Amino acid sequence: MDQMIREKIKQVKKGDQSAFEEIVAFFQNKIYQHCYRMLGNAHEAEDIAQEAFIRAYVNIHSYDEKRKFSTWLFRIATNLTIDRLRKRKPDYYLDAQVKGTDGLNMYSQLAADERLPEEQVQDMELQSWISQEIAKLPAKYRSIIMLRYLEEFSLQEISDILDIPLGTVKTRIHRGREALRKKLRHV
Amino acid sequence: MNCDKEAVELMHKYLDKDMTTEDQAKLAQHLENCEDCQKHFHELKRTISFIKSAEQIEAPPDFTQKVMASLPTEKKRFKYLRWFKVHPVLTAAAIFFILMFGGIVSAWQQDNKLVVSKQDNLVIKGDTVIVPEGVTVDGDLVVKNGNLIIHGTVDGNVTLINGKLLPGDSTIDGEGLMASVGEVNGKFEKVDEIFEWIWYSIKGLFKSVFAY
Repeated sequence: MDQMIREKIKQVKKGDQSAFEEIVAFFQNKIYQHCYRMLGNAHEAEDIAQEAFIRAYVNIHSYDEKRKFSTWLFRIATNLTIDRLRKRKPDYYLDAQVKGTDGLNMYSQLAADERLPEEQVQDMELQSWISQEIAKLPAKYRSIIMLRYLEEFSLQEISDILDIPLGTVKTRIHRGREALRKKLRHV
Repeated sequence: MNCDKEAVELMHKYLDKDMTTEDQAKLAQHLENCEDCQKHFHELKRTISFIKSAEQIEAPPDFTQKVMASLPTEKKRFKYLRWFKVHPVLTAAAIFFILMFGGIVSAWQQDNKLVVSKQDNLVIKGDTVIVPEGVTVDGDLVVKNGNLIIHGTVDGNVTLINGKLLPGDSTIDGEGLMASVGEVNGKFEKVDEIFEWIWYSIKGLFKSVFAY
């Protein structure tokens, strides 16, 4: 499959626009899912995922073929989602980080009138409950958890995608896992 | 070993496959003796398999089409540039033809003066060239930017560029120029469109090239 993608990229670089279609078809679910989980709604996810592919096409000449294409593509998509999250007005979104706290968001400020996790799980599919819990993580942990366990990138690749030091990736994945463990331990 | 700090730290290192065999032994030894840490470790591993089992979200069905439709169309300039790079010989040929046609076209546009090939016995009135009755013109006759009336005889080809053949006083019966009062003992050619002019110029060019 890598070989096929490499071939197609060469064709796109030569100016064959139609070769890009297969690249989009191959990566669309991964990129869309990533954007959806970062942004939390279908409308913005589609918007940003499309933008990511368009940027990849326009800037295809700056892609270095020695590197992994998926890493490059996820880097574009992740940067776009982070930009979008920054532009949001924090008041409207519960998962925006509260100033002066490290990674605390508005969910953690809400009164705990929720039912116990066990009860919630009974009502809905375990899978979508897990998705919801991932969605509640602060963006900087969420992106890393998703890239590691849903897209199966290595820590080094995640460090490349997010353009942050490997040590930071390790700290954040550690905290992300602990945060999810506390939520999921009772299941 | 401090459970909260050291042991948990080692667990995460283990999960990231980022630990020495020495650390691995330390963790294994600790887990054997500490139930709390066993539980913690178990929960972490379970959390990871939960994350991995999260539902897969798929892109909308028309996603690829939408992306392809909103890609910028390739700039024509790049298309041409690429074409020129791939076909250098054709590019040279194209440049040659552009210059040549340019030359011919500008010659056509700039030159509006009446030009008549050098012949004796021709009468020129304004922009009309007349071959008088009883006169025989030897050789080819070329008239450019003017009209032509033939009463006499032309012993050669007649070329009329950007002008009309006028019937003069005599009648020309039908289309037959040869049958009119005047007589042309050769080919008659009329050029009054730019493309004909180009064709005529090329013919002239080839004739002069192959004349040698």
